[in-house]
Amino acid sequence: MATPTLPTSASSRLKQLPVISHLRMSSGLQRGMLIAGLVLSALFLLCALLAPLIAPFDFAQSSDASGDFPRQAAPDSKFIWGTTSTGYDVFSRTLFGAQTAIWVIVAAVVMSLFVGVLLGLISGYLGGWFDRIMVVLADAIYAFPSLLLAIVMSIVISQGQSSLFGGIMAAAISITVVFIPQYFRVVRAEVMRLKAEPFVESAQVIGASPWRVMFTHLLRNSTRTLPLIFTLNATEALLTLAGLGFLGFGIEPTAASEWGYDLNRAMSDATSGIWWTGLFPGLAIVLTVMGLTLVGESMNDLNDPRLRRFSRKKAKRITQSAQAGANQ
Amino acid sequence: MNQSSTETRGPADTEAEVLRIEGLNIDFVTDAGAVPAVRGVDLQVKAGEILAIVGESGSGKSVTARTALGILAENGAAHGGVYLNGKNMLTLHGSELRAVRGRDVAMVFQEPSTALNPVFTVGWQIMEGIRTHNKISKKEAKARAIEAMRQVGIPDPEQRVNYYPHQFSGGQKQRVVIAAALALKPKLIVADEPTTALDVTVQAEILSLLRELREELGTAIVIITHNMGVVADIADRVVVMNQGQIVEQAPALELFERPREDYTKSLLAAVPHLGRDSASDGLAERPHADSPVLVEASGLGVHFPGRLGAPGFTAVKEVDLKIHAGEVYGLVGESGSGKTTIGRSIAGLNRITSGSLKVLGYEMAQFKERSFKPLREQIGFVFQDPAASFNPHLTVGECVAEPLAVHRDLNPAQSRAKVSELLEAVQLPAGFAQRYPHELSGGQRQRASLARALALDPKLLIADEPTSALDVSVQAKVLELFRELQTELGFAALFVSHDLAVVDQLATWVGVLYRGSLIEEGLGSQVLANPQHSYTQRLIASLPVPDPREQAQRRALIEELNQR
Repeated sequence: MATPTLPTSASSRLKQLPVISHLRMSSGLQRGMLIAGLVLSALFLLCALLAPLIAPFDFAQSSDASGDFPRQAAPDSKFIWGTTSTGYDVFSRTLFGAQTAIWVIVAAVVMSLFVGVLLGLISGYLGGWFDRIMVVLADAIYAFPSLLLAIVMSIVISQGQSSLFGGIMAAAISITVVFIPQYFRVVRAEVMRLKAEPFVESAQVIGASPWRVMFTHLLRNSTRTLPLIFTLNATEALLTLAGLGFLGFGIEPTAASEWGYDLNRAMSDATSGIWWTGLFPGLAIVLTVMGLTLVGESMNDLNDPRLRRFSRKKAKRITQSAQAGANQ
Repeated sequence: MNQSSTETRGPADTEAEVLRIEGLNIDFVTDAGAVPAVRGVDLQVKAGEILAIVGESGSGKSVTARTALGILAENGAAHGGVYLNGKNMLTLHGSELRAVRGRDVAMVFQEPSTALNPVFTVGWQIMEGIRTHNKISKKEAKARAIEAMRQVGIPDPEQRVNYYPHQFSGGQKQRVVIAAALALKPKLIVADEPTTALDVTVQAEILSLLRELREELGTAIVIITHNMGVVADIADRVVVMNQGQIVEQAPALELFERPREDYTKSLLAAVPHLGRDSASDGLAERPHADSPVLVEASGLGVHFPGRLGAPGFTAVKEVDLKIHAGEVYGLVGESGSGKTTIGRSIAGLNRITSGSLKVLGYEMAQFKERSFKPLREQIGFVFQDPAASFNPHLTVGECVAEPLAVHRDLNPAQSRAKVSELLEAVQLPAGFAQRYPHELSGGQRQRASLARALALDPKLLIADEPTSALDVSVQAKVLELFRELQTELGFAALFVSHDLAVVDQLATWVGVLYRGSLIEEGLGSQVLANPQHSYTQRLIASLPVPDPREQAQRRALIEELNQR
């Protein structure tokens, strides 16, 4: 994927990587938002990576050597976030839930990215009947409520099976179907704009083939905004996954831990004063979505020089050094 | 973000002084640290005076003049004093600043079509300023708006006050912008490149309007421009700026006749002067007339279809022209005259809709990309904007090598050798091949663009306004290079430009386009010295020359032509 900044000499390549360059050019409140987002996202990643090490129990474990776990037990020293109505440890399930979430996000976004970018590129550059059909299709998919579409897709794909891989892929593919039109639209619009740019025309007058124009000239120039859509879509993927799980179309609790499913089971608990089964998976969803959104939105703002703000302190520091230089 | 001293000076030394700038320093805060834009600028504007600030892009001329209105980009920091009628504009804020803007000082922007809001009538926009500063009824404000429009010479102001901006032509829109600036009779008008976006014939009208207004109302005008001809036409006094500093300040006549500084001299020398240094000097008939014809258009027409139901636009109609091998053909015209369309049609970027266009023997009326492709290696194309015509993600070397990659089968070493040979031919160091386009200056990029166009030794080169995006000093160098390469390699060229003086320097045979028709054709020196068509006469008379005395005579000629 292209970096959002233009490439320069190799020495500063590290500083040009998307997130690092954004952090360097930010200041004030914008920097605070970006850092908060990065911390939350890092926490989410760490939970997913280290879940097997941190979690005291497995996600589908309801007994150990000392016998069955108590059901709906309040938080105590052994089960720090309590247990669910089926006797699972809430803490362990919340940690493992991050793992499931990350698999689904990565699978969904990567699949939709490849298909959407390719279709958008071809459709935008070549135009004609292919473009017209693709646009109608994309519009038709847009017209469906995305969750409904995801439900239909998950029924078609998994047909009631609920293995770990099958469940994750079902969720990912159903999200992919919803996302492809978004990537398609963004890339197509960008390609249509770039098509009239002199550098594309200068390739055309040289006699370059359409494939060469598309993959040498257009691809890298049209994918600059994708890191942003990537982070913003990651949150939508997570919410769709949780929504599917909540409605009972997700992954079985024995195959993988999933926050939406846990929330669903916690609904009846909430009325009887059992707060811990719902609070923690719910918080996990909220914090992860918030973290990813903050990263995406800050990157979006920082990429646009007109939205980028210099804090008063930073601006003062920079101008004072320049004025000092001028007066010497 | 202004941090200048808070002291406010008393009234200026002389009552007649409208604007005084003292020790102005401006910096812009960027990711790479502070960028100095203006350093130690001092200048005064007297009442009723027209002061021109000239300089090339990045000289700080706009930034300096805009501080007179207290306008500064959010990441800018200004130090020093900008005294407008004794008030320091750098220390004013909020309502104080708003009270001064419009009433004491007004601004005319470069692009009239974007300076006006398309969803309001022009009258509403002129009244907006009037009603902000005066508690008067709508009716009265409208009467004053009509008065202002009459003053700037818009016919039937009573009706046209209710028109929307799109119902006016570009020149009239600029008149409306000036009317809005004048509505409150400010002491000072800052005009930032007010004629750059306009055609030369319209430019002449706007300049004479500004001059009349100064005489009638005694308004001081600060005009920012890069065009020496405009300066010669209108300015009383000139400030030359370079790299944020004032190089020279002098009355206009003195500056043009006895420039003191080297920078001013080189700037004046670089300005193309109509009728000097003509490529067709001393020729009596068309050179290369016996050489084979590379491009032949007969009855060529290009029509662009309109949107649903709307009528289309005929960009080119019934054009006949021939370009012989080894000849430089100059095509001149104002915006919308179809000159670019003809160039693009020859390169196969536009389809022709009627008549016949033969390019290297290929009939473009039956254009198929597949059958035309082998001919493409014999046609080079140089685009107007060198910044946009390179893929920002490829190095200059890769861009220049692109024609080789498409048409020749070279290994990387051969291709590299060829690229450094080409870069050398356009006087760029071979090391530039590793750089990215944005790391080059505008002139360097246009050289690289020329190298790319010449990579396959084309028989025909199409140059579409290749120097109009460049500063004059850079333009002079690129034109010189173009001329050298043409003499050396002997390719035929179609040189498209709106600037007669530039075309005459390069092209021996010149065609003048007006609204899609070729109205005049001939040797450059003949067309300039003895134009036949009345439009060509007006076009030549409107082009300001960088010489105040000669320009004053030309001005009389335009007025005579307009009365006829």
